[in-house]
Amino acid sequence: MEADSARRIYMDYSAGTPVDPHVIDAMMPYLNSHFGNPSSIHTLGQEAKQALQNSREVVAKLINSETPEAIVFTSGATESNNLAIRGTASRNKSRGNKILTSSVEHMSVVNPCKLMIRNGFQVIFLPVDKFGVLDLEKLEAELDDQTTLVSIVYANPEIGTIEPIKEISKIVHAKKAFLHVDATAACGQVPIDVQDENIDLLTMSSNDMYGPKGVGALYIKPGTTIEPVNQGGGQERGLRSGTENIPGIVGFAKAAEIAKNEMANESQRLTLLRNDLIKGLIEPIPYSYLNGHPTQRLPNNVSVRYSFIEGESILLSLDIEGVYASSGSACAAKTLQPSHVLLALGLQPEDAHGSLMATLGRENTQEDVDKLRSLMPDIVKRLRDMSPLTPKELK
Amino acid sequence: MYSEKVMQHFKKPQNMGEIPDADGVGSVGNPTCGDLMTMYIKVKDDRIEDVKFKTYGCGAAIATSSMTTELAKGKTIDEAMKISRASVADSLGGLPPVKMHCSNLAADALHAAIEDYQKKQKCKKEVE
Repeated sequence: MEADSARRIYMDYSAGTPVDPHVIDAMMPYLNSHFGNPSSIHTLGQEAKQALQNSREVVAKLINSETPEAIVFTSGATESNNLAIRGTASRNKSRGNKILTSSVEHMSVVNPCKLMIRNGFQVIFLPVDKFGVLDLEKLEAELDDQTTLVSIVYANPEIGTIEPIKEISKIVHAKKAFLHVDATAACGQVPIDVQDENIDLLTMSSNDMYGPKGVGALYIKPGTTIEPVNQGGGQERGLRSGTENIPGIVGFAKAAEIAKNEMANESQRLTLLRNDLIKGLIEPIPYSYLNGHPTQRLPNNVSVRYSFIEGESILLSLDIEGVYASSGSACAAKTLQPSHVLLALGLQPEDAHGSLMATLGRENTQEDVDKLRSLMPDIVKRLRDMSPLTPKELK
Repeated sequence: MYSEKVMQHFKKPQNMGEIPDADGVGSVGNPTCGDLMTMYIKVKDDRIEDVKFKTYGCGAAIATSSMTTELAKGKTIDEAMKISRASVADSLGGLPPVKMHCSNLAADALHAAIEDYQKKQKCKKEVE
């Protein structure tokens, strides 16, 4: 990210990460000379097949998969979530027709679940507490013999809250249901061990860990019964037909390798920046609040809200200063609805509108954090001066 | 996403504030939906002598409020009633389609302020 006149500060890493230069280097041969199709018998094809296999092994290691074969490459998190939910629920419908999920899921989980409702399934969107943590008692109460699949996000990127996956897993497996975990935001940031945490299906995304867009994976534990969503030539053990995106997959694997090596240091560094930024965005500003859990949260996630003002105006004000962030406001959304994740915390729509999310990444420094800390009080004050909702005491 | 003109008005809104002794006040919108605007007008000899706004909302909401006050200032009541959502959007060099309905409420707020003024005038006359 080169600066124009002033330095541009990107703090929207959960929306997309820049591609690591080492990843680009790893991909280039597969866009140039090594263009073969892994299904071809000839040498060029077999080279591509070898690259695919090597990539599978690297991605498997990131989550401590039992075997590389448990990794199915997809076009990204949305496809992985669709395959996990639709593929598992449909394949196991003779055992039951009930799916449990949470009320803080990404739309690529919410909408496949709604599709399954139209296909005759029963779906329960389980509540969370005010920090966004899943209600485990409700989970246990709703789990019955008809439940074949439970889909819970590892950590929602809008609020950063990390769910107690190990506990969830114990509850789910006591009833012999499968557990799908959408780890799009968490994977590469926090250590995930699909064996230790006993996860049956896990969604991963390349572009959330400095890999290219348009590639991801679904981990499928050996023994998990699932059927494909797309029919075709039978690639990826028949679970994801279509010629493999070799340059993307090679890039994803390189990104996974770097993430694994740098995770401990980088998460420690980001956690310090995160805590400092949260403090700076809340302490000097009245009527400001943290969204999500104070400690059980992603190392890079800052999510706050300000009363009496609206998030899109905050984003525009920051954009003018060269700072790029995000909001759960209705006005910042295509749907014109405030974020369902913020509403699930029990917030009123007008509170959700005033949210600001800054998701940090490798290029962010203390200087960036200081800049945002110094900008925010004036931005909030300016917008509050304009707002008819601002109480007199703040004027 | 927004035109240069919208960003100009967002950065430096014109006529922001309240008129404590306003002749007419109008509010439209709802904080639940993310937009709320209040317009204050001061009328002299059937002309809008002064107009100010307060707005809670997105960039489009703030820019349309500012633009509407600019268009309304100095106009007769009849002329001001002709300021429409479309003419405000045109004066700003257009708005993103999704913002045309939800955030382009400033003309309505102005009309509400004028109606409030007219109602008060009618009351005054009846008292006289």
